[in-house]
Amino acid sequence: MSAATETPKIELTGVKKAFGPKKVLDGVDLSVAKGESFVIIGGSGTGKSVMLKSILGLLNPDAGTIKVDGEDTTHITGRARDRVMTKFGMLFQGGALFDSLPVWQNVAFGLIQGRGMRRAQARDIAIEKLAAVGLGSDVANLSPAELSGGMQKRVGLARAIATTPEIIFFDEPTTGLDPIMADVINDLIVKCVRDLGATALTITQDMASARKISDRIGMLYQGKLIWQGPTDSIDDSGNPYVDQFIHGRAEGPIQMQVKLG
Amino acid sequence: MGFLSGIGRATLVFLAATGRLALFTARSLSHCVRPPYYPRLLVQQMREIGYNSLPVVGLTALFTGMVLALQSYTGFARFNASSAIATVVVLSITRELGPVMAGLMVAGRVGAAMAAEIGTMRVTEQVDALSTLSTNPYKYLVAPRILAGTLMLPCLVLVADIIGVFGGYVVSIYRLGFNPAAYLTSTAQYLETNDVVSGLVKAAAFGFIIALMGCYNGYHSKGGAQGVGAATTHAVVSASIMILMINYLLTGLFFS
Ligand SMILES: Nc1ncnc2c1ncn2[C@@H]1O[C@H](COP(=O)(O)OP(=O)(O)O)[C@@H](O)[C@H]1O
Ligand SMILES: [Mg+2]
Repeated sequence: MSAATETPKIELTGVKKAFGPKKVLDGVDLSVAKGESFVIIGGSGTGKSVMLKSILGLLNPDAGTIKVDGEDTTHITGRARDRVMTKFGMLFQGGALFDSLPVWQNVAFGLIQGRGMRRAQARDIAIEKLAAVGLGSDVANLSPAELSGGMQKRVGLARAIATTPEIIFFDEPTTGLDPIMADVINDLIVKCVRDLGATALTITQDMASARKISDRIGMLYQGKLIWQGPTDSIDDSGNPYVDQFIHGRAEGPIQMQVKLG
Repeated sequence: MGFLSGIGRATLVFLAATGRLALFTARSLSHCVRPPYYPRLLVQQMREIGYNSLPVVGLTALFTGMVLALQSYTGFARFNASSAIATVVVLSITRELGPVMAGLMVAGRVGAAMAAEIGTMRVTEQVDALSTLSTNPYKYLVAPRILAGTLMLPCLVLVADIIGVFGGYVVSIYRLGFNPAAYLTSTAQYLETNDVVSGLVKAAAFGFIIALMGCYNGYHSKGGAQGVGAATTHAVVSASIMILMINYLLTGLFFS
């Protein structure tokens, strides 16, 4: 992905978001090129999810601009928002599967409700996407509550890719899974993103996952992207915050808010 | 000073909440009338609110009618005005008790369920997921519930009216020993179309309020299971209070 002249797929400039007195994002600048897989690392509660939700228009940033394919989408609503949304697929942190619908209708949701596709046809595509994430057609009629955590993640992934989006967001895709299942999900993410030729933005705290699925990595700390660079440069970033995070040390410049009694 | 700023802050919080609710209402209504529509969801909600509430509302109306007959008999017997009982029963039921009782029961049953369901969807990010799948949560979740509530409550109240009057009839005939034909004549004699219609208009308003408060509280719930619990309580309490207030206002409007 060479040309610096090419319009970035996603571009954030000076994005700020506060909840009451609490500044969560404090001027985030980020640029993700078309077809790139960008991973954002950072401790819990640093605003990683808030950043994704701001790009998706689920939260309204207080300042800054967000561009998708060069189009300013910061404050668009209604039909214009719906049209931009068709470019996106998202795998939520907790899966966010609709528990009132069977698995196949979850996967086909964007096709049936969003695109108005006929149910029979949408079902066929859903079965196909389930197969792509390694689930047989026997789970299609189950309720999401009947599935294990790993299977729910896969269904969430199938739902995110069902509408063949140009951009996919993954919010902590491996959190809460055992290491083997986490690696299975990593492989699926790499495969799905490659098959779709999509641009991917992933947030995670799992360094093994970050290394495996990313082209570039950035670190979010105190509301800013304090470092970013190619994946293989992360071990000699020369940034003490990044070093502390990737080695998981309690001592360092990042102070955890732990009150000692 | 502390006292005054306390009042000021409370006023601001109240105004902000009122504004949020007004905005939510306006948005919901605009999505009720603009396509795309979700007829499948509307039917599902109508079945849930209307059909599934029948047993609860029916039983409430039955016993309300029965106790009305019994109570007004003990009151009126002293004045030898026993024939007035039929009138008291039918007017109380159609004008006030049918809509209010049904409204309160449905608020407890359906309003709570709406708040809990949408609230859980909110805190588990299912509401956000709807948006990312190009589906407007107001259209998909709120509009069908509000439409179904407004349409089904009058139907429920019509049934409640009939069952309530029947309850009064049963007590009057089998317990108090009235003449069935005379009772039915008195029932019909003083009942006007307006009595029933005003009750049904009230019911539509109550159905709207119940669904609105259920959806609003669910939609704005936060903070996990506890937040959903609080939203559910709020939905029922605020809907119940608003039902009683609006009932008073509408009665003033219809019968003054
Ligand atoms: N809707 C909201 N209202 C108030 N505070 C919020 C909201 N969403 C997130 N926050 C706060 O913003 C901070 C960052 O949250 P989040 O982005 O979810 O963190 P993470 O980096 O773990 O994904 C948290 O402290 C959280 O309490
Ligand atoms: Mg998060």
